[in-house]
Amino acid sequence: MISQLLPPYVLRMVQRIDPVLLAALSLLAFWGGVTLYSASHESIRVLNRQAVHFGIGLVSLLLFSQIRSKTLKQFAVWLYGAGIILLILVLLAGVTKNGAQRWLYVGINFQPAELMKLALPMMLAYYFSDKSLPPKLSDIVIALLLIGLPAFLIIEQPDLGTALLIAISGLFVIYLAGISWWLIGGALLAFSIAVPLMFFYAMHDYQRQRVLTLFNPEMDLQGSGYHIYQSKIAIGSGGFYGKGWLEGDQSHLDFLPERHTDFIFAVFGEEFGFVGNLLLLGLYIFIIWRGLYIASKGEDTFARLLAGSLSLTFFIYLLVNTGMVSGVLPVVGVPLPLVSYGGTSIVTLMTAFGIIMGMKKRKRIYQAEN
Amino acid sequence: MGERLSIKTERDEQQLFNSRATVAAVIVLCALLAIVLRLYLLQVEGYAHYTTLSEKNYQKHIPEPPTRGQIYDRNGVLLADNEPQYVLEIVRDRVEDQNNDKNRTLADLDILLERLDKIVPLSEKEVRIFKQQVRRRSRYRPTLLKEALTEEEVAMFAVNKARFAGVNLQRRMQRYYPLREIAGHTVGYVGRIDERDLNNLDRQEYAGTSHIGKSGIEAAYEERLHGTTGYTKVRVDAHGQHQDVIAHEPPVAGQNLILSLDIRLQLKAESLLKGERGAIVAIEPRTGEVLALASVPAFDPNLFVDGISHKNYKALLSDPDRPLYNRALQGAYPPASTIKPMVAMAGLHEKVIWPDKTIYDPGFYRIPGHRHRYRDWKRSGHGMVDLDHAIAESCDTYFYDLAYRMGIDKFSAYMQGFGFGKPTGIDLPSESGGLMPTPEWKQRRHGQTWYPGDTVNIGIGQGYWLATPLQLAHATATVAMRGKRIRPRVLRGYREAKGKPLAVLEPEILDSVSVADSSHWSAVIDGMVNVMHSSYGTARRSGKDAAYEMAGKTGTAQVFGLAQNARYDASKLEKRLHDHALFVGFAPVENPRIAVSVIVENGGGGSSTAAPLARKIMDAYLLEKYNQEQQQAEEEIAVLGVRGD
Repeated sequence: MISQLLPPYVLRMVQRIDPVLLAALSLLAFWGGVTLYSASHESIRVLNRQAVHFGIGLVSLLLFSQIRSKTLKQFAVWLYGAGIILLILVLLAGVTKNGAQRWLYVGINFQPAELMKLALPMMLAYYFSDKSLPPKLSDIVIALLLIGLPAFLIIEQPDLGTALLIAISGLFVIYLAGISWWLIGGALLAFSIAVPLMFFYAMHDYQRQRVLTLFNPEMDLQGSGYHIYQSKIAIGSGGFYGKGWLEGDQSHLDFLPERHTDFIFAVFGEEFGFVGNLLLLGLYIFIIWRGLYIASKGEDTFARLLAGSLSLTFFIYLLVNTGMVSGVLPVVGVPLPLVSYGGTSIVTLMTAFGIIMGMKKRKRIYQAEN
Repeated sequence: MGERLSIKTERDEQQLFNSRATVAAVIVLCALLAIVLRLYLLQVEGYAHYTTLSEKNYQKHIPEPPTRGQIYDRNGVLLADNEPQYVLEIVRDRVEDQNNDKNRTLADLDILLERLDKIVPLSEKEVRIFKQQVRRRSRYRPTLLKEALTEEEVAMFAVNKARFAGVNLQRRMQRYYPLREIAGHTVGYVGRIDERDLNNLDRQEYAGTSHIGKSGIEAAYEERLHGTTGYTKVRVDAHGQHQDVIAHEPPVAGQNLILSLDIRLQLKAESLLKGERGAIVAIEPRTGEVLALASVPAFDPNLFVDGISHKNYKALLSDPDRPLYNRALQGAYPPASTIKPMVAMAGLHEKVIWPDKTIYDPGFYRIPGHRHRYRDWKRSGHGMVDLDHAIAESCDTYFYDLAYRMGIDKFSAYMQGFGFGKPTGIDLPSESGGLMPTPEWKQRRHGQTWYPGDTVNIGIGQGYWLATPLQLAHATATVAMRGKRIRPRVLRGYREAKGKPLAVLEPEILDSVSVADSSHWSAVIDGMVNVMHSSYGTARRSGKDAAYEMAGKTGTAQVFGLAQNARYDASKLEKRLHDHALFVGFAPVENPRIAVSVIVENGGGGSSTAAPLARKIMDAYLLEKYNQEQQQAEEEIAVLGVRGD
């Protein structure tokens, strides 16, 4: 057996990894690479760099999968605190690109919001871990404040999309902690009443126009509407079986903007068709299911809440990206998880999956070997 | 209110989490099913729609204009040709960095144009228009810089081509009329497609075509001449750059048209009218084919091909002789006595007269019970006249009486049978229908009732009656054919391409002129023969010594209304108030091969001015078979052709 050839500490490390989830992630990474190769006009350079991203992500996954829930819990407050301080620093001394101040320069440009994607669910899971669940109203209020603070700081950058996604990852923790259905129902009702009221009474005409364009991008074919128009053409013209790998006209003739980053799903849909899309979504569903499954096998409340929230956050990224690219959700800059080109997102997501794996309950047999 | 136990129970929390996670999983599934539904709508339901949009994105049709058909006369003389023209175009994307700033901007273009100007001089206007255009067009598509390069400029550029990346020398075909103003009205001209044309044509078919027929045959047979546009379907990227060719369909050249005009006869007619204003129409009676259609003065259609300059156009428009106006088709003149043979046919048909009926002409006519005298052109009167003399001597009184007794309704109706009052339907645009007046028309137009005196004037082709030279020639051809009417036509046939067989069009037969007795034709034609060949005929000098028998009728149309007893004295009148000289005729009488109408504006008497011209036309056509004149005409054409270059 190979396992006997490896040194014991390496064996122990490898055994912490969930092989099923890693296999699914690898398959996704491979398929993503294939698509990226086509989307980048067959660029080996882009492919290599993406491989490096995955390499770093894999190391991070391996490292974080070693961390037990009890250990991670101790860092939650510190990480959250550091994240808040960095977000404040961004507002004070951040690097500005494209009119938004999102980066801190620390040798490389680093985006503290990325840290918050992991730190906030951790903080909330920590907060609820020693509370009796379902949570009391006062706990929920405090949890909402913990969500509101980083969300507010990120909105100020301004980056509404990321702020919403981070807030949602926090809300998932509250949901998984067992917040009463009545409260959820009430909140949704209040939300659905407040939004139209705000739209019709509290907004200026130009704001209203922007909201309309956001949800109906084809009103603005020169701007963001062009992206959606072209990506719908790409997906639609892919048909049932797709045009075939490397055969997408929309992507290869440059009609599709941002085709190797946020809009790579359109390249995929054009070349692999409806069938390919079903398989891809199936793979994503499997990964999400596996994440939730591991969460339910979590060591303690902290582990369950954190792993569950991170799995659902992964789902939200998937939903927002595919919804955006297929033209049913507004255009916000969210990559297709683990497929779009980009280091930060891949490393963060792989780290999240490492954390998820680490949350799994240790079997006694390993402890006996200690 | 029962406080919950605050003791944490691991099992309860595990259960709570599991139920929450299960609900979450169901929501995840539902949300992703919604995405699947969306993808189904796009990829399965919307497949055809989005495929079309995708193709619209990347497929581009590059039109290839067809070569316009040529126009020839009936003997193969080229009337409209295409000659190569060289133009300079610039493809901005291929223009290299000129000022070494590592950027290719519009500034580079300025430097390029300055350099180019030293090789091929560029006018300020050319540069200005180019700069306007280049901003609007894709940087990958050519923009026109200069047209009509001289041979020298072409050579200079060709030698220096390597130094001007992005500048292309292109060969285009341009319409050219080697005979210039000869038959210019009939052949017409092409001009640049304008807004008005764009609304009437198939834009896809004309996508690569810059010019369209604007007048004459060029306009009438635009469809035949244009041909079918070919195209190359290419794949382009989002920036408009060509990737590869998907499909190619070559253009089909337009038909070569063969006109019925005999350019030698046309040239003869035009030179006969030289210095005058007038028209000559010659028709082959048997087929309706128009042998000559001269309107003088004419203009050079080449002026219009590339857009006529404002100055030239103004000069043509303000010329008092109106060279743009096609007198043969559009000129409506009082037909005067030329229509007496047709009027005689009406009288015979309606039994108002009969061949041997005689009247006494005292030199004027009076409507019974009225005092007003309608004067005969011969003040002393013709005395006793029968039909033959009435036609041959052109006795007005005879026809005053005929018209009065026939009445305007029958008169008009019968004359419409000869084609008067409406366009003949010749295959040329902007034909005038002239005017065959009726009481209803007068009421409508002038709000006045019809007077018997109006009818009397109409009887000698004066008054309200107006006819075009073409109508007169057509009516004369109809007399020659003894009532059989054939629509006049300029297109004789066509060839699909050079070397292909000539397809000759069939004559179009119209409703015949009704006659009670076909011998009436002989009676009237005899009168017309005596116009030419009798000792008393008005055109006897023109018929003298003819080698064939001809039939004719003179006419003199008053331009200036004379007072009741005044005399017409040409020497005392301004030239523009002189009478119009008219003549119609055909020959040979037994086997008519040519029918002619002649009008010389303010030319004086029909017998003295118009009839001799008709005789010369007939001689030219019927005698010698052009042996000498053919050579002469061809020489002249050759000279013109060279001069036109």
